[in-house]
Amino acid sequence: MGFKILRKQELIPGQTSLLVIDAPQIAKKAKPGNFVILRNDEKGERVPLTIADKDPKEGTITIVFLVVGKSTAQLNTLQEGDEILDVCGPLGKATHIDKQGTVVCVGGGTGIAAMHHIAKGHWEAGNHVVAIIGARTEDLLLFRCELDGFCPEVLIATDDGSVGHKGFVTEVLKDRLESDRNVTEVVAVGPVPMMEAVAKTTKPFGVKTTVSLNSIMVDGIGMCGACRCSVGGETKFACVDGPEFDGQEVDFSELKARLWQFKEQEDESMGKFKKECSCHGK
Amino acid sequence: MASKPRKPSDIGPRIPMPEQPAAERVKNFSEVALGFSRDDAIAEAERCLQCKKPLCQKGCPVEIDIKEFILKVAEGDMPAAYEVIKETNSLPAVCGRVCPQESQCEGMCVLGKKNEPVAIGRLERYVADTFMASDACEEITGTHACALERDDLKVACIGGGPASLTVAGYLAAKGIKVTVFEALHEPGGVLIYGIPEFRLPKGIVARELDGLKGLGVDIVTNWVGGKTITIQDLQNEGYDAIFIGVGAGLPRFLNIPGDNLVGVFSANEYLTRVNLGRAYDFPNHDTPTFRADNVVVIGGGNVAMDAARTALRMGSKNVSIVYRRTQDEMPARLEELHHAIEEGVEIKALCGPLSFNAGDEGKLASMTVQKMCLGEPDESGRRSPVCIEGETEELPCDMAIIAVGTRPNPILLEATPDLELNRWGYIEADPETGETSMKNVFAGGDIVTGAATVISAMGAGRKAAQEIARRLL
Repeated sequence: MGFKILRKQELIPGQTSLLVIDAPQIAKKAKPGNFVILRNDEKGERVPLTIADKDPKEGTITIVFLVVGKSTAQLNTLQEGDEILDVCGPLGKATHIDKQGTVVCVGGGTGIAAMHHIAKGHWEAGNHVVAIIGARTEDLLLFRCELDGFCPEVLIATDDGSVGHKGFVTEVLKDRLESDRNVTEVVAVGPVPMMEAVAKTTKPFGVKTTVSLNSIMVDGIGMCGACRCSVGGETKFACVDGPEFDGQEVDFSELKARLWQFKEQEDESMGKFKKECSCHGK
Repeated sequence: MASKPRKPSDIGPRIPMPEQPAAERVKNFSEVALGFSRDDAIAEAERCLQCKKPLCQKGCPVEIDIKEFILKVAEGDMPAAYEVIKETNSLPAVCGRVCPQESQCEGMCVLGKKNEPVAIGRLERYVADTFMASDACEEITGTHACALERDDLKVACIGGGPASLTVAGYLAAKGIKVTVFEALHEPGGVLIYGIPEFRLPKGIVARELDGLKGLGVDIVTNWVGGKTITIQDLQNEGYDAIFIGVGAGLPRFLNIPGDNLVGVFSANEYLTRVNLGRAYDFPNHDTPTFRADNVVVIGGGNVAMDAARTALRMGSKNVSIVYRRTQDEMPARLEELHHAIEEGVEIKALCGPLSFNAGDEGKLASMTVQKMCLGEPDESGRRSPVCIEGETEELPCDMAIIAVGTRPNPILLEATPDLELNRWGYIEADPETGETSMKNVFAGGDIVTGAATVISAMGAGRKAAQEIARRLL
């Protein structure tokens, strides 16, 4: 009795996929900022993934994931009609959304998908939403169309300059903050160095900055503290107190160190998977 | 069974229980205590004096008719013994293993005054193991699944640990439809993620759960109370009563420098990875756990013992338990402490944590502790530790496991603002009925008392279930 994959779309072949999953109860409750914990099969580990979208009428949630290790590689072998054994959620505190003015939502890599749900929430609340998205090259930019659907402006930065600004999202963000005094909040979701850079960029402007932390999790319901992080000098659990926190208060170097805790075992697990699953190892 | 009354002085010592030798068991996750044979059980049961006014029953939080079940064991009638136990205890194979009997039933046994008390826990375990729950329904009622008598009544339990399972077992036996909503992917609560396989094999828990399912209890997983489903949702869906048994939850850390260093874990995380995630079977199972040679465990309760003994089995070379008081004040069961010491765990008593220190690459390299001595007894009657000025010690370690207790999990509480909390942040519940400030919403176990024992959670579950049955039937 698992959770059926109704639709699968390989956004970046072999690297990033989108799954629409049949999960009516979660779809009914999910809000922007929430995540799920999923487990592929009987021997699987619990993996947290942000809810990128939901459709309560259809009873579905959408997740987008990057293949980084064994569990995500295995997840990417599943096809439409296959089932994921466990999907638990919605978890975490929902994004704090109120009508406030102009909100700039910054997304990097797979984080764009997670950012998309938050941006949509801000738009639904009546805010003017500016999206700034970044990736290495144009083909790796996710959710452009979806964001175009409600963001009056989608600003782009690519490392190679294949589209938009050549360089980092933070440079685009800085320009924007310098020219636009109406920005009331900046939201950033993406790799830790990107979120850290965004917080550094917004600091001189004194604009409220929200980041969504991606710490290691086990249960996702506050039982273990694997996901703990230092925020304003206090220990917080990302799964129950977050995952969103004030970017100026987060200890990013601690977060980075903690993300590498199981590197050795992760490599071992991936090595074993590649060996056993040569059909997908090409 | 001797028919004439006997005196305590006529009774011999306890029948010993076979165990895996320490040197061998430390290399595996199989159960340490191997259990009685039929002859052992009958011989031990014959030690019972069959007191006119048995005190043992008063010591049992779920008030098993101990004298009666032991009589049946002595007569060799195990199904009858099982039926007696099952009248009040939904999980006897679990309780026989993990209850602190020395401070409960066995602590009250009159034989214990001058002799060793009857091994009630071991007998309960023997009966439950020989006559497992999944077959019991058939044996007792003649059908595999006991039919529901009142399918118009439905009760929801939030949380799938011992408190909820007790409520479910009690009410289902009375023909009420019960659904248990568990947040994790496996039900059982602490029995699954906390207590290790070598004390409580998961197969035993699974068979007890099958027994409950045979009674018609529905157990669903991946439902987080307060997130996937709220109390309000359940009331809207027409549940006649709701029981909250979500446990204590959030682990406490030490609030000392280095708390968040790589290598510092809560016991909950360490044990959940190994037990629920089967990290002992990595990489066949995907959940990894940290590997370390030198481990310190901070705390003196059963969780600390479980964590230390698990670390040894995971291949750690030196494991020590750091505790502020002395071994005599440790809240852990004596049996667990002895097992841990036998297996090679070192006890660093009278040491208070000062800091975790980083080495190269910012990972944990050592822990600094403050040497203590015992001062005057505090309010609780325990002698409180006092710092010895200027005396500290640095303990080299590459993993630290913190087992100093928990605080209330906020998820369900924040989603249910009508629920009144006590001054420690746990749910306020009537001590007699378990009812909360919300009508027909009951609570019991660690979410009411803070971290306690499996059997006290089951006792609370039983009280609430009795009240629910009284109101509904």
